[in-house]
Amino acid sequence: MQRSGLMQHKTFFWFFFPTATAMLLFIALPILSVVTQSLFTPHDQVFKIVESCGPFGCKQITSIDTEATDALKQARPLGQWSGLDVYLDRGHLAVSEVAAAWGASDSMGQFFKAIGNLPFYRAMSFTLTYTFVVTPLLIALGFMIALSVNSLHRHLKGLAIFFSLLPMIVTPLIGSLILFWMVDSRGVLGTGLQWLFSDPDLSLKASTSLTWVMLIVYGVWHSAPFAFVVFYAGLQTVPKETLESAMIDGATRWQQTRYVVIPHLMPLVTFVALIQLMDHFRVFEPIVGFNAEAHATSLSWIIFNDLGGETRLLSSASTTSVLTIIGVSILLSPVLVRTWRDFNAKG
Amino acid sequence: MFLKEITMAGSFALMASAAYAECNVSAGRVNIIGNEFPAIHAVVNAAKTCAGNGVEIKSNLTADHQLINLAGMTGKPAEYTSAIVANSSIVALMNEDVIRPLDDLVAKFGQDLRKNQLITIDGKIMAVAFMANAQHLVFRQDILDQAGVEPPRSYEELLAAAAKIREMGLLEYPVGGAYKAGWNLAQEFNNIYIGFGGEFFEPGSAKATVNNEAGIATLNLMKELSGYMNPDFLTHDSNATNSEWKAGNVALMNMWGSRVPPLKDTEGSSQVVVDNTDIAGPMTVGGGSVPATTLWWDGWTVARNISDEDAEATFKALVQGTSPSMLNAETAPMAVWLIEGYEPTDAAKGVFAAANSGAVPYPMLPFQGLLHSALGAELSDFMLGREDAQTALADVEAAYTAAAKEKGYLQ
Repeated sequence: MQRSGLMQHKTFFWFFFPTATAMLLFIALPILSVVTQSLFTPHDQVFKIVESCGPFGCKQITSIDTEATDALKQARPLGQWSGLDVYLDRGHLAVSEVAAAWGASDSMGQFFKAIGNLPFYRAMSFTLTYTFVVTPLLIALGFMIALSVNSLHRHLKGLAIFFSLLPMIVTPLIGSLILFWMVDSRGVLGTGLQWLFSDPDLSLKASTSLTWVMLIVYGVWHSAPFAFVVFYAGLQTVPKETLESAMIDGATRWQQTRYVVIPHLMPLVTFVALIQLMDHFRVFEPIVGFNAEAHATSLSWIIFNDLGGETRLLSSASTTSVLTIIGVSILLSPVLVRTWRDFNAKG
Repeated sequence: MFLKEITMAGSFALMASAAYAECNVSAGRVNIIGNEFPAIHAVVNAAKTCAGNGVEIKSNLTADHQLINLAGMTGKPAEYTSAIVANSSIVALMNEDVIRPLDDLVAKFGQDLRKNQLITIDGKIMAVAFMANAQHLVFRQDILDQAGVEPPRSYEELLAAAAKIREMGLLEYPVGGAYKAGWNLAQEFNNIYIGFGGEFFEPGSAKATVNNEAGIATLNLMKELSGYMNPDFLTHDSNATNSEWKAGNVALMNMWGSRVPPLKDTEGSSQVVVDNTDIAGPMTVGGGSVPATTLWWDGWTVARNISDEDAEATFKALVQGTSPSMLNAETAPMAVWLIEGYEPTDAAKGVFAAANSGAVPYPMLPFQGLLHSALGAELSDFMLGREDAQTALADVEAAYTAAAKEKGYLQ
């Protein structure tokens, strides 16, 4: 017995070894690297005044004295230790600005308006709204599509499944770009809406609330197929006996769904919610695709913006990445705790 | 078809071999990274005629070049042996010390370069400019005629003209502009702020100083202008603004010189719009004399972390790419070339007017890019009416200060 137990451990080790290596290389190390980079900032720069000449004449300009900082860079290539400075600065948690806003505000409304002006909290307000509106809506919509497709005649099912999956197949960036042009005030959907509401000045892109609605509708449209596929697969496993006995007991279609189908699919709902909460917290492509950065930003968009400028802010981008990881963990903790309890109850 | 391809291939081969003799590159590796627009394609294609006989010339031209050029030049040896940059983007490469001084190469192989092409910083040649660019006025002659106004020379005249055009019912949104939140919006602020005589930084320091009367006047003018723009203006970059122009919806805009040639194409436009699209110099603002625009150059650099052989090959290929022989009827209107033998075309008069009326170059400061990003991120709140000009400018300074502290520009 003992011998076979040892063998099992060894087998388990060799089975798990490739996965563990991959997890270490592609998950643990990058996170470690991002955390490290968020704790260091570049060395203080030494400036010198130099003459700069070009097609438009000569001018005295300030330039960086690279020789002066070279030795410092060689000695400490990571830069200077900054601890949590970047985490606490205005671009991130902005502790001193939040404290000042708290002191200066007479009401909660005023306080929220003041912190809504800080990049991190502005991004969070959109990200959380998006996440918590889109996720339940897409679960409901995906479930309804799955129920409808499941009750179709079998000849029609294939075609219906194919068309229901299309929004997910389209690359998010391309999908949002196409919709962006369609909802333009001169585009087909935009003009349609203007006609529908008989308001020739109606523009989805010029109003913050309408932009949010547009992004949320897009998010549901794009992610519903995922929920649909999962629920559709789940529907195939609903025990026929239970359904039949419910029918014999005189349960209506709604009662069958409510008391048999939904309880059966609950673990799948948890699974879809888990994946989608995580995905939507990292919302990025629609913001870029819809050119919506004036109205809505997200943590991922802040990272993109920090790295996309002429001067890259690596420490700032790393800090936002770490905050994103923390955010995802907090968001997922209730679902994970629940899964763990279910697992223990079964075990 | 087949015959055509063969003759084309033949003529390319002939061109290549003829040029090969001319550029005299015998060994080395060349890989060019740069932005993506017709003028740069023309330069790189001309440089590629030096390839052959063991010399390979590669290029990666993309609008996202700034995201990868620094990383691609930091390694030893550097992946890219040259980056095509502008006066704003050369700063990031100089800050990290990844481009080499070109004095020795210019002395040996650059006799044909003109003095004003050489970008000299602290007495060292760091880049070779090949074209100039600036934003200036573009107007619709027919609409201005109907409204009975002259092409505006100041933003105040532009506002008056726009009001008249709207009043007469000629166009609902007569003014165009690349006001997309981010880089474009910040650039429009820079232009008008310079026109008002504003200074971006305290002299000799990295401390930003945009929260002042010039800054407030700039924002108020931008708000007034946006009242005459398509309500979606915060999503309109240069491409979208040009589409609006081509659709005939706009009569006045401040636009890049390099973006004007496509407006003269009837594709996606109409003959009326094409025939009546004309350009003039940049406008002034608030009675100032400095035009509300900035001057730009595009030029090429050579990487520091490469062998002397590769540096020499890169230099020679790019000298060939920007030599008088690359100018022809097709390439000449693509840009305002700084190359010897360039005869300005009609499309160049706006940029020339900018240079001759005392416009200033876009500042080449190590921290200008950070201020530009901060402006781009914080000004949309004001444009949307969510906060007043002073708060928006205070936000800009605060956002800039946080970033500049992180980068070690401010202590």
